[in-house]
Amino acid sequence: MTAELQASLTLATPEIALALGAMALLMLGVFSGERANSSVTGLAVALLVAVGAWMLFFGGQGAAFGGAFVSDPFTHYMKIITLIGSVVTLVMSVGFARAEKFDRFEFPILILLATLGMLLMISANDMLTLYMGLELQSLSLYVVAAINRDNVKATEAGLKYFVLGALSSGMLLYGITLVYGYTGSTNFETIASALTAEGRSLGLLFGLVFVLAGLAFKISAVPFHMWTPDVYEGAPTPVTAFFAAAPKMAAMALVVRVSVEAFGPAVADWQQIIVFISIASMGLGAFAAIGQTNIKRLMAYSSIAHMGFALVGLAANSEAGVRGVAIYMLIYLVMTLGTFAFILAMRRRDGNVEQISDLSGLSSTNPVMATILTILMFSLAGIPPLAGFWAKWYVFLAAMEANLYALAVIGVLASVVGAYYYLRIIKIMWFDEPAGAFQPMAGELRLVLGLSGAFVLFYVLIGGPIGEMAQAAASAYF
Amino acid sequence: MLNGLEAIFFYLFAFVAVASAFMVIAARNPVHSVLYLILTFFNAAALFLLTGAEFLAMILLVVYVGAVAVLFLFVVMMLDVDFAELKSGALHYAPIGALVGIILAAELVVVVGGYALSPELATDIAMPIPPIAERQNTAALGDVLYTNYVFFFQIAGMVLLVAMIGAIVLTLRHKEGVKRQSIAVQVARGRGEIEVKKVETGKGI
Repeated sequence: MTAELQASLTLATPEIALALGAMALLMLGVFSGERANSSVTGLAVALLVAVGAWMLFFGGQGAAFGGAFVSDPFTHYMKIITLIGSVVTLVMSVGFARAEKFDRFEFPILILLATLGMLLMISANDMLTLYMGLELQSLSLYVVAAINRDNVKATEAGLKYFVLGALSSGMLLYGITLVYGYTGSTNFETIASALTAEGRSLGLLFGLVFVLAGLAFKISAVPFHMWTPDVYEGAPTPVTAFFAAAPKMAAMALVVRVSVEAFGPAVADWQQIIVFISIASMGLGAFAAIGQTNIKRLMAYSSIAHMGFALVGLAANSEAGVRGVAIYMLIYLVMTLGTFAFILAMRRRDGNVEQISDLSGLSSTNPVMATILTILMFSLAGIPPLAGFWAKWYVFLAAMEANLYALAVIGVLASVVGAYYYLRIIKIMWFDEPAGAFQPMAGELRLVLGLSGAFVLFYVLIGGPIGEMAQAAASAYF
Repeated sequence: MLNGLEAIFFYLFAFVAVASAFMVIAARNPVHSVLYLILTFFNAAALFLLTGAEFLAMILLVVYVGAVAVLFLFVVMMLDVDFAELKSGALHYAPIGALVGIILAAELVVVVGGYALSPELATDIAMPIPPIAERQNTAALGDVLYTNYVFFFQIAGMVLLVAMIGAIVLTLRHKEGVKRQSIAVQVARGRGEIEVKKVETGKGI
């Protein structure tokens, strides 16, 4: 084994461990049948936690595999929050999967493989790694969306996601071929230096647009958001929670890296695209969510809007901007996971309910749940001093510093419109007639909801260290 | 230019390839068509071998003959497609077919003309390719695939694994009450446990 390969393998230890672990758990599941379902889930959680801990304490820095794979503070930060998303989703899925009869050992394994794909996406420093990581993640997600295969809605969601995902992959690949053709390389640094040396040509610009379009699909930014509400509504709720959490982290990390690093010299070109996508996402997310009656669809539009807010930070193209994106994604992750823990707990005797009207009068039947959801909704709306306010504060501040005043003003206006539908949920819970109590919450959901509520409420106290971590992550670029 | 033995083999393979390709569309029996298709693939593989592209030749045989043609054969034999009816209207498509043929021929002329006219192309063709006795395509591909690109190779493996898991998760169903052969039980059965029944013709049991 050459020294270079050895160094590369050391740098990619977490990914290798995850791949080998997933295969070992697959064998365990196949050979011990249905008895092993819960132990496979438990071991998968343990594996993800171990990988995250490795990343936190032993994460090396540098490039590996001939520059195809990169590891720096930004990748560590994004990978750790992605892993948090995967772990929490797996924990939350246990009770639901048993109740809805799709507890199959393949589910945690597909989540593991999807997470592996996300880690590769975050570490991608080459168009090939980008594409293969993205495909590994997407393929697993298509299957997971349809895993409840006897449910018509879930299979429809899976098929819809698959067809549109394949289309976006095609666009992405087309863009990559153009970029490769005009710069002669797939490596991000080489693309950037070719851009500096030769300036951007028309063909390269086309490539840039297609690559960003393909990536915008993955973060479900407008105008590539059409799949989101249907897939979120149709997929089983734990899967929806997963879709809203972990893949968004990875895809956003990819958007940041491709824009800032690979296309860094062409900043004027991608900046207008990001600004447009950002404004469109914030606007559509704010207005389209108003008429929703299903809380999962509402969360889909909410996630579209939040991606728009996060992109405001990227549009600034500064260290403060990338720091804002990093903080935003973490806070979005925590709020989303908390809200989905609540949605999973919306359970009556005859099964789960998903309508917003089912929440009416929750404050009298279950005041604790109602209070925490109220905190989360205030935070999603961006009311100070909750976490959601600080997330928006950092990205808008970065936009102001970069003289993107119009973008920041539109963002603030969109968040005012968005506040309406979050406040409507609060109003339904506290001021409407009670519609009947939910069944008691499962322990793991209570834990996730409680932790999320505490994080959001006390963000002012813990915001300092998180800001420092995000600062370190952003310093990897500038 | 080709000389001697090489030329003889080239014309042999090329002639058989064209003739069998014609037979693919001319044969009345669809199974024969597929068999002619396989013959065409074999001859194309032999042509690749003559030009020194041994890896392409192998891939053509493994992928097209081994997988695609056999799949065709299964489809032809399993599905009840009335090929006579399909073929009856074939002449209606002749103009479109002719158009496609003309476009292909024009493209061929452009490509060959480019070789003849452009002086730079000659230098491009003369890229240093080591003789096949020294360096084989397969070895050259393997050298980069398992060293420089080992990372991508492994991720591709993971993607295929996910595809396999996905196919099984979404389609495999364990049916209740399916009768399966149990060889151990069959072998262990003694003479006395078998009841022999005389079945009269045309009556059944």
